Amino acid sequence: MTDLSYVRADESPNLPPPVNTTGVIGWMRANLFSSIGNTILTLIGVFLAYSIFEPLIEFSLINAVWEGENRQACVAPPDSGLHVGACWAYVKAYLPQFIYGRYPIDERWRVDIVYGLFALLLIPMAIPGVPFKRTNALLLLIAYPIVAYFLLTGGFGLQIVETNLWGGLLVTLVIAVTGITASLPLGILLALGRRSNLPIIKLVSVIFIEFWRGVPLITVLFMSSVMLPLFLPEGVNFDKLLRVLIGVTLFSAAYMAEVVRGGLQAIPKGQYEGAQALGLRYWQMMGLIILPQALKLVIPGIVNTFIGLFKDTTLVLIVGMFDLLGQIQSSFTDPTWSSPTQAHTGYLFAAMVFWSFCFGMSRYSLFMEKKLHTGHKR
Amino acid sequence: MEAHPPRTSLWNDPKARGIIFQALLVAVLSYLVFWIVRNTIGNLEKQNIASGFAFLDTTAGFGISQTLVSYSETSSYGRAILVGFFNTLLVAVVGIIAATILGFVIGIARLSNNWVISRLAYCYVEVIRNIPLLLQILFWYVAALRSLPSKREEPLSLFGLVDMNVFGLWGPKPIFGEGSSTAVIAFIAAIVITIFMRRWAHKRQDATGQQFPVGWTTLGLIVGLPLLALIVTGFPISFEWPVFVDTGPVFGRGFQLGVGLNIIPELVALTLALSIYTASFIAEIVRAGIQAISHGQTEASHALGLRHGPTLRLVIIPQALRVIIPPLTSQYLNLTKNSSLAVAIGYPDLVATGGTVLNQTGQAIEIIGIWMLVYLSLSLTTSGLMNWYNQRVALIER
Repeated sequence: MTDLSYVRADESPNLPPPVNTTGVIGWMRANLFSSIGNTILTLIGVFLAYSIFEPLIEFSLINAVWEGENRQACVAPPDSGLHVGACWAYVKAYLPQFIYGRYPIDERWRVDIVYGLFALLLIPMAIPGVPFKRTNALLLLIAYPIVAYFLLTGGFGLQIVETNLWGGLLVTLVIAVTGITASLPLGILLALGRRSNLPIIKLVSVIFIEFWRGVPLITVLFMSSVMLPLFLPEGVNFDKLLRVLIGVTLFSAAYMAEVVRGGLQAIPKGQYEGAQALGLRYWQMMGLIILPQALKLVIPGIVNTFIGLFKDTTLVLIVGMFDLLGQIQSSFTDPTWSSPTQAHTGYLFAAMVFWSFCFGMSRYSLFMEKKLHTGHKR
Repeated sequence: MEAHPPRTSLWNDPKARGIIFQALLVAVLSYLVFWIVRNTIGNLEKQNIASGFAFLDTTAGFGISQTLVSYSETSSYGRAILVGFFNTLLVAVVGIIAATILGFVIGIARLSNNWVISRLAYCYVEVIRNIPLLLQILFWYVAALRSLPSKREEPLSLFGLVDMNVFGLWGPKPIFGEGSSTAVIAFIAAIVITIFMRRWAHKRQDATGQQFPVGWTTLGLIVGLPLLALIVTGFPISFEWPVFVDTGPVFGRGFQLGVGLNIIPELVALTLALSIYTASFIAEIVRAGIQAISHGQTEASHALGLRHGPTLRLVIIPQALRVIIPPLTSQYLNLTKNSSLAVAIGYPDLVATGGTVLNQTGQAIEIIGIWMLVYLSLSLTTSGLMNWYNQRVALIER
C-alpha cells in the first residue's frame, strides 16, 4: 500500500578491511602480539636480539679500528676509558699470511692461478644449465689436480716449495678438496662392498666403515702423524701434509660410504632386476643404471659431508699444521699486533670466512635438493 | 644318460668368481697386515722401544688439573689414563644433557608462531652449525674466558651463587657430615616409590578411568622425603663457600685456591662450546621430527577435547620421538667423539692425558690403540642403548 519503497540498483562498494588486520599493523598483531603470552615472548625475543647484536655491531663496526701500522692503533690510551673494538688493521696486515701461509712471496702467483682455475672449473660445474658437463668434470677431476699439484709443489722449471711453507686458506682448501675427491670413489666402493652378496667383502667393508666412524678424527690425525711412519719400511718417509691427507681421506670415505649406501637403498628393487633382465653384468648394472640414480639422490648428503670435512680441517692445527685457524692462532704470538682485542678479532675473522663457505654450500645443497626432487619417490 | 650341467668356464660362474675375488681380497689384506707388522717390529727395534703395556705401571710424574678419582704425581701412567677417561665421560655426560635441553628449546622455538622467536632460533642454528667446533672452543677459552676478572679483581657474580674469574667457576661445595647418608637413602627411596606409584596410577587409570595427580606427588616425594630426612637428622650437610674478601692471605685479595667448589675454565669452555654446537644440530633434528607429524594428529587430538599441553605430551611428542631418536643418537656420539678436541685447550681428557703419556714414553701404538678402543666401545655402547630405546618406542606394525 505504501509507495515508500527502495530497491537498490547497484552493489554497495566493498569496505576496506579493518586497519588492524592488514599491512604492517595486522601482521604484527597476528604474529607478534596475538596474546599476552605471545607479547611476552616477543619482548623477550627483542631483548635477546638487542643484547646479542648491539655489542656485536659496536665491537665489529662502530668501535673498530680500520687503519694502523702496529698495535698502537688498537690499544686504547691508558685512563682514557675508551673501548677499542675489533682491530681490523691487524687482519689487513696479516691477510696475505692467512691466505697463503708462508708460501714464498715471489711464487704466490702460482697459488692465485690454482685458486682461479678452481673457481673457473667449479662454477660452471655447479650451475645446472651450463653445457659440456662431461668435459668439465674430466678437466676438474683429472687435469686440474695434476696441474694444481705441479703448480703448488713446483717442478718443470718452477721453484720447489716445501709443503711446510704452505699455510692458511691454502692448506684448508687443499685438505678439504683432496679429501672429498679422494674419498668419493673409495666411499662408493665401500658402499657397494657393504651391500655385496659376497660375505667376506661385506664383512671387510662393514668393519672398515664402522671402525672409522667410531673413532674421533683427532685420533686418526695422531695416528697418521705418529703411527704411519712406523708402518712403513725404513727410509720411506712421507710428507706430513700427505700423511694428514691419507688420514682425512680414509676417515671421510667411511662417512661417504654411508651416504652412498643411503642412495643405493633408495633405488627400487625393480631397477636392479630390470638391469639384470637386460643381461647387464654387475659393473655395467652399477655404472649405467644404479649409481647414476643413487648419486643424484645423495648430492645433498655429499655436500653435507663436504661441509663437515671443511669444518674438520681446522683439527690439523692440533698435529702442528697451519690451516687458516692455525695461522690465525699462531699470529697471536706476534708482539707487533698484540692488543686486548686481537684474539677476538682473529676468531671473528676466521668465523666469518668459515661461515660464508659453509653457509654458501648448505644453501647450494638445499637448491640442488629442490631441483633434483623430480617426484619418483615411493 | 646323465644330465650334464651346462659347461661354463670357471671365470663365468658367478659362484666360483665370487670365491676367487674374496680369496684375492683375503690374500692382499693378509699380506698388507703382515707387511705393516714386519715394518713396525723393525722400526720399533731400531728406535729401542719395547712394545707391550708394561709402561702403564710406571710412575707418571705429571700433575693433572682435574681428577675425579684420586691421583697424584706418583700414580702410574695407567691411572693417569683412567683419570683422563673419567674426565671425558664427565664432559660427554654434562654436554649431552645441556645440548639436549638447549636443542629441544631452540628446535621448538624454530616452529613458534612468534616471528621474532622463530627468526632468532633460525639465526642461532644457521650461525652456530656453520662455524667449526674447534674455533668455537678456542673462542670460549682464549677470547671469552680470559676476559673475566683476574685473581686480584672482584669476581663476576651470578645471582650471588656462582662467581666467575679466570680460574673458572666458583660455587658452594657441599660437605657431607655424619648422618647425611640418611638423606641420600631417602632420596633413592623417593625415586623407587615414585616409580611404583606411577605404575599403580597408570593401571588404575586404565581400569577405572580415574586420574591421579602424578606430577605433584612425584615432586612432593622427591623433594619432601630427603628434606624430612634432613630435618630429622638435624641438617648434617653444610656448604663451604669460596673465599673472596678484600684483604686476605693470598694475592692481597683473600682469594683462596682450594676453598669452595671450583670448575676449571677448560671444562667450562669445552662444555659451553660442545653443547652450543651440538644443540644447533639437535634443534634441526627436533624441528624435522615435529614437522614429520601430520597436522591432522593435532586436529584430531583437539577434536577429542585434549588441550594444547596434553596434545603435545600425549600425541605429538611420542610420535615425534620415533623420528628424532636415531639421528639424536648419532649427535650424542658426535659430541662424545668431539670432546677429544679438549686437547687443544689442555682439558685433561683421555686424548690429552694419553698425549702426555705418549710424549713421555713414545708408546705410540699402545696409546692410540687405547684411544681407539675406548671411543669405539663408547660409540658401540651408546648406539646399543639407543637402539634398545628405539625398539621400545618404535611403531608396532602387523
